Amino acid sequence: MDKRTANAIALGLLWASAIVTVAVLFAVIVYVFINGIGQLSLEFIFTWPHGVNAEGGVWPTIVSTLYVTLLAMLIVTPVAILAAVYLAEYAVQGRLVGAIRFAADSLASVPSIVMGLFGLALFVEGMGIGFSMLSAAMALAFLMLPIVMRATEEAIRSVPKYIRWGSYGLGATKWQTVRRSVLPAAMPRIITGIILATGRAVGETAVVIYTMGQAINLPLSPFDSGRPMTVHLYMLAMEGINLPAAYGTALLLMIMILVFNLGARYILRRSKRRM
Amino acid sequence: MADQMSDKSPEQISEGTDKIVVKDLNFYYGDFNALTGINVSIKERAVTAFIGPSGCGKSTFIRCFNRMNDLIPGARVEGLVSMDGQNIYAPGVDPVDLRRRVGMIFQQPNPFPMSIYDNVAYGPRLHGVRKKSELDDIVRTSLERANLWKEVNGILDRNGLALSGGQQQRLCIARVLAVEPEVMLMDEPCSAIDPTSVQKIEDLMAELKDRITIIIVTHNMQQAARVSEFTAFFLQEQAGEPAVLVEYDRTANIFTSPQDRRTEDYITGRFG
Amino acid sequence: MTTESQDMQEQAAEEDRARLSEYGALRKGQTGELRLMSRSTYFREAALKNLFLLCAFVAVMGVLLIIAFVGVRGYPIFGLEGFFGFLAGREWNPTDEIFGILPLVYGSFVVMAGALVIGTPLAVGTAIFLSEIASPRIRSVVRPAVELLAGIPSVIYGFFGLMILRPIIGRLTDGLGFGAVTAWLILAIMIVPTIATLAEDALRSIPNGIREASYAMGATTWQTIRKVLVPAAGIGIIDAIILGMGRAIGETMAVLMVVGNAPIFPASVSDPIATLTTQIVMDMPYAAGDHRTALFGMAIVLFVISMFLVAMVRFLSRFQTRLDGR
Repeated sequence: MDKRTANAIALGLLWASAIVTVAVLFAVIVYVFINGIGQLSLEFIFTWPHGVNAEGGVWPTIVSTLYVTLLAMLIVTPVAILAAVYLAEYAVQGRLVGAIRFAADSLASVPSIVMGLFGLALFVEGMGIGFSMLSAAMALAFLMLPIVMRATEEAIRSVPKYIRWGSYGLGATKWQTVRRSVLPAAMPRIITGIILATGRAVGETAVVIYTMGQAINLPLSPFDSGRPMTVHLYMLAMEGINLPAAYGTALLLMIMILVFNLGARYILRRSKRRM
Repeated sequence: MADQMSDKSPEQISEGTDKIVVKDLNFYYGDFNALTGINVSIKERAVTAFIGPSGCGKSTFIRCFNRMNDLIPGARVEGLVSMDGQNIYAPGVDPVDLRRRVGMIFQQPNPFPMSIYDNVAYGPRLHGVRKKSELDDIVRTSLERANLWKEVNGILDRNGLALSGGQQQRLCIARVLAVEPEVMLMDEPCSAIDPTSVQKIEDLMAELKDRITIIIVTHNMQQAARVSEFTAFFLQEQAGEPAVLVEYDRTANIFTSPQDRRTEDYITGRFG
Repeated sequence: MTTESQDMQEQAAEEDRARLSEYGALRKGQTGELRLMSRSTYFREAALKNLFLLCAFVAVMGVLLIIAFVGVRGYPIFGLEGFFGFLAGREWNPTDEIFGILPLVYGSFVVMAGALVIGTPLAVGTAIFLSEIASPRIRSVVRPAVELLAGIPSVIYGFFGLMILRPIIGRLTDGLGFGAVTAWLILAIMIVPTIATLAEDALRSIPNGIREASYAMGATTWQTIRKVLVPAAGIGIIDAIILGMGRAIGETMAVLMVVGNAPIFPASVSDPIATLTTQIVMDMPYAAGDHRTALFGMAIVLFVISMFLVAMVRFLSRFQTRLDGR
């Protein structure tokens, strides 16, 4: 085969693979949209499910999902940011740092079902917190930790050295430099990382199913149990009892994810333009 | 000790008051000896220029004056650097306090990604100024002293990065002035900005030297000739060997009648 | 700094003080003495550093806690069934207290392998497209799409697979469509973003000079990609595939919704099958006693596999650094 022909065929295949990838994304989004849009109404969003077939709305599941993700975000953010500050600004390469990085990488690739069982064993049963927002949020926090840590570390490392020099040159201590100039400069990317990690938590099922419970409940205190949207969708879909509600839930979930992703992208782009 | 001193000892320049005195300074990056046997006395309220080919250690040297080199792992200073008769490397001396008193301007203008106001207020806030009226005063005075006030008055809340390169550099100068330093180190402050802005910064230096001791590192000899009263010529004669201070004198003497062959070669070579 | 040089320095400082006074340089009071390092500042800075270290250590703590809590719950099963009895036992029958997970391990690997076979070319192709072919404008559409693909919840993929793919596969194979094939397709899509983004990073980190050198010799784009770029990014791409493997083995909900969940060795790839992850979800609601222990034992197996894959990636990248260093 002539090398030009080979080239044309190969490039065609590469184009095809990219097109397939994008097409699949659109197929999933469009499918969920078309089937779910008819279901979407204020009533669906703001009322409780009732009856054997879960007629009605999904309000408590929305609240449970938002509650647990926000709680997880509050737990993970300070720890992850300070951990990344340590790795990026203070740590000297060595065994300890190697161990921390390995642990973070491992944590990032722990299957979510394992994280779920871990949360069950430690928070729900071991610490006796029971099926609750708090248990689920802590398990999710471990899942989010490596994501936020990595995003923050990269954000901090991308802050130019001479910004730090400027601060040190004015008589700032290390912590003052980090807090007042490095972190603010890195903030847009850190926030992006947090939002993306939170988006993952919103879509997480296997972790929360064993830590939050499955009972439909409107959580008020962190010790209340509940059923998040993902678990609700799973149950509706598997039991096949109320498919319209399943589509509606899927669409709401998808919209949330889209909002999170586009929001993160927007923040990033705005900060890039300013820089 | 005396035999280790370079042939040009600081006594050579007798006029003026010494602000900073460096004796027998050796500088190491790990095992690498980057500077050796440096003796120099920096005159108060004057502009001193450090010149020399790139890689001759002049930037390294200027960073010894505010201990910025402390931030580099493995960097080590031997010898004496004293400001107003006090060894700045004496045990217990706080480099953080030193850096407030010895401000620094870098090659790359480095405003923080925050508003112009916050940039200038950064230093005072670090050192505990909280009152809004007081900060307003400091910000205004500093920007005025940096000849930037007219250009940014009214847009103080705009991001410092939105300014032009030359304005950014003057913002950085204002930022340093806000903490009222006694010495200002300028590490090639004009090499990353446009020519018209260079003029403004040179004018600014002339105004500032009434109150502040200025040390400028520059690879531009015309600039050294224009702005400085004193000039020190650094040279690393062989790769891998430490750089030395070849000659230190009044700028006029360095450029018209250098005592050292190497200085002459460098200056004539560069001037054409 | 050695004490010797410190002594010398102090001694030198003494001498110099004496010498300095000759210059009239030793003046006091005019601008104030240099402040000494304040103890409280020093302690605060040190305390903060330790606090940050502690935060960083939370990651290590997390891994240790997982090992401890999942390990303790699941470990006894290895005693009950024997190490090989558990891992290589051919029958999973909780009602009769027989806990052999070989069918599940087999299921996990079949599902993973098929997903890799389908997903890897798609993902690597997309990565090459993004880094070598796409114009900046097209890239600015495709790359976010790939990232968004990673953000879609697995339960939605599962739902999509259940409602759309399963009936199609069912019609094609004359069955219900619950089985490995459907899982392959769904998982293949799900691992594309993992592999594609990492592989693209690896390709983009290749210096441009290498590309130019190849084009300058008259190579076509495809020749440059195949003979120069892919080999140069080699280990990075392998890392990406390994991590995709991890994602495929650990994926739970999407697989659960389409594989049919029968813990047996299936007769064909379109027959129901179960994996380690799906079996845990299926059994957890009613499992008690040894059954529950066995489920935690399966979690141990999953955890060990994921740790092993991470360790492999680290090993490979160390290997790469050594190669590059030479």
